[in-house]
Amino acid sequence: MKKLLLAGTACNAIMILGAGASQAEELTLCWAAWDPANALVELSTDFEEQSGHTMNFEFVPWPNFADRMLNELNSGGQLCDLMIGDSQWIGGGAENGHYIKLNDFFEAEGIDMADFIPATVTGYAEWPKGTPNYYALPAFGDVVGWTYRKDWFERPEIQEAFQEEYGRELAVPASLDELKDIAAFFQGREIDGNTVYGAAIYTERGSEGITMGVTNVLYNYGFQYENPDEPYDMEGFVNSEGAVEGLEFYKELYEVGTPPGSSNWYMGENIDAYKSGQVALQMNFAFIWPGVEADPNVGGGASGYFANPPGPAGQFAQLGGQGISVVSYSDKQDAALEYIKWFAQPEIQARWWELGGYSALRAVVEDPGFAESQPYAQTFLDSMAIVKDFWAEPAYADLLLAMQDRVHNYVIAGDGTAQEALDGLVEDWVEIFEYEGKL
Amino acid sequence: MDETSHLDRAARATPPRIARRIQGLSDRTIAWIFVAPSIFLLLAVNIFPLIWTIRLSFTNYRVNRPNNAVEWVGLENYQRILSDEDVWQTMQATAHFLIWTIVLQVLIGFALAYLINKKFKGNDLWTTIIVFPMMLSPAVVGNFWTFLYQPQIGLFNYVVAFFTGADPASFSMIGDVNLAPWAIVIADTWMWTPFVMLICLAGLRSIPESIYEAAECDRASKWRQFWTITVPMVLPFLMLAVLFRGIENFKMFDMVVQLTGGGPGNTTTLTSIDLKREAFERWRTGYSSAYAVILFVTVFGLASIYVKALNKVKER
Repeated sequence: MKKLLLAGTACNAIMILGAGASQAEELTLCWAAWDPANALVELSTDFEEQSGHTMNFEFVPWPNFADRMLNELNSGGQLCDLMIGDSQWIGGGAENGHYIKLNDFFEAEGIDMADFIPATVTGYAEWPKGTPNYYALPAFGDVVGWTYRKDWFERPEIQEAFQEEYGRELAVPASLDELKDIAAFFQGREIDGNTVYGAAIYTERGSEGITMGVTNVLYNYGFQYENPDEPYDMEGFVNSEGAVEGLEFYKELYEVGTPPGSSNWYMGENIDAYKSGQVALQMNFAFIWPGVEADPNVGGGASGYFANPPGPAGQFAQLGGQGISVVSYSDKQDAALEYIKWFAQPEIQARWWELGGYSALRAVVEDPGFAESQPYAQTFLDSMAIVKDFWAEPAYADLLLAMQDRVHNYVIAGDGTAQEALDGLVEDWVEIFEYEGKL
Repeated sequence: MDETSHLDRAARATPPRIARRIQGLSDRTIAWIFVAPSIFLLLAVNIFPLIWTIRLSFTNYRVNRPNNAVEWVGLENYQRILSDEDVWQTMQATAHFLIWTIVLQVLIGFALAYLINKKFKGNDLWTTIIVFPMMLSPAVVGNFWTFLYQPQIGLFNYVVAFFTGADPASFSMIGDVNLAPWAIVIADTWMWTPFVMLICLAGLRSIPESIYEAAECDRASKWRQFWTITVPMVLPFLMLAVLFRGIENFKMFDMVVQLTGGGPGNTTTLTSIDLKREAFERWRTGYSSAYAVILFVTVFGLASIYVKALNKVKER
């Protein structure tokens, strides 16, 4: 009997220990190494306290983020339990089985995608696009916008010089043409004894930089990824007359209004150029705005923000941002889902915004006080209302590299014409979709 | 002490338990026991991946599409690579980089070695200072030179401006299609010339002083001594340096990625960068395997021919 009791006690102890182990997990969340990631670490301490789970973080700098994390996913690695992957990964994540489908979980926990900004749901969570199949929860809303030196714009002598040269007031540009004028106006100008330049724009070759930049112009000149009535029909849409003009515009902007040596710039280089007082304008994702406001040189009211200006075919902006997914190879999926449930709560989302994370929850961004909560909050709302995103197909990496090659070769290296570049891009994309069996 | 006594001592030092076990094993078996781990590692780490790569190069396999059927495509990948203009452009960029870095590094490295070989005060200090760049990581050197080449703040542009009178911001070494190929040549030359210098220095110091003394007795001029003694005797060392630098620069990746990212356009996209994009960005595993096999055969073939030439020079 004693032996039986002892055995029973031992079994109970093992079960309790086992249960305890399953309750308190060590979760690893993978994301890019940037300011919002630091805010997420701070935010997640609340989850650790509430759940008893421990959070580890694997943050990789943006230029290597896709390489490192897609390698991890493709090899079925178990490093990441939670992945805040780029919006374009959603197709591959879903079709290749890297992410688990979240529909049942959302239903069981009362998480409604209608509570999130529609563009972020389409951009970060759905696959196929436009269908209610969810593989992520919108985690970080982001979009390309512009930052400008409000303090320089307000100087009477600069105002006067601009008025004289362009016959209008120096103000936030109402169109892409006006933006180019402003960039050209500041190019090589002496301000406070320093030579400054017009605008820092995306030109980077290696990862996704120039594509994330040029699309802000192409969309507004009429570029479309495909025929809206016939999927994957790209001839005349990718290389339309407007798209060619848009690409020529971007090259001209690069030539007349950017700092010398800015031939391979992306987020980090643009931030540095702006904060060091080299440029009057910078194109960048909205995530940088809290950092700009806090900067001793350009923050505290010295900077202003505006949405990507319209072009002849409308006003759009390149979507950034990410959704949070549970990695299918993780053996801690229950704890990972707990994290998503916690993260989706309105009070956590509100705190996320306070810490510098761009919440995609409508309850947060539609709050009456939101637009006034930060100097850039209204611009963020305006920009999120006009977003378009790059392909999110499983072959997105192929599609992206083809565009990087074609656009960079034309804009930066001056190789060929804009028409040739976009015609070549159509050829590349057709070949990729043929391989994919979609054409 | 002769060889037998060494063997006796080794036999006596072997613990009895092990000695009993290996008793009766032939020398050949014992040799295999010692060599086996190395062979196993070589097969596992080098030979098997090579064979696997060759096999994959005949397929359409893509590692990011685990659900797709893997089809045998024969020589299609090889045909596509060899008929692709972009690949030939990267080959040209690599050849430009390879030839000019080797030429400059050999000339400057040999000149520095010749100077350092002269006995003067502070000789060791200068040697240490000169070899400093090659102790850095190539990625760090790449980053470092992006700052030096910065048109607004870069030291390189200011030095050029100082000598030419041009505006430092009027040219961009890494943003100009004509200058960027030279930008990577200059950075690599700065980093690896000391390596060539050290090899040449070893060659110079291996020349017996008596040869020069004999030449002096024969009233040979310094110029004649240089061309008939120094150069021929250092030549095998120089050729070795060229071999090392050639192989290293053929697979150059990190420094150039940090410096130019392969741009502007594709002007500094070397084959290694292109291969990495195909393999780990486009995920064309079969295609990139064929690409890797072509590069391997090229390097292996050229290196074999070169080693034969090197041996001939040594025999002279």
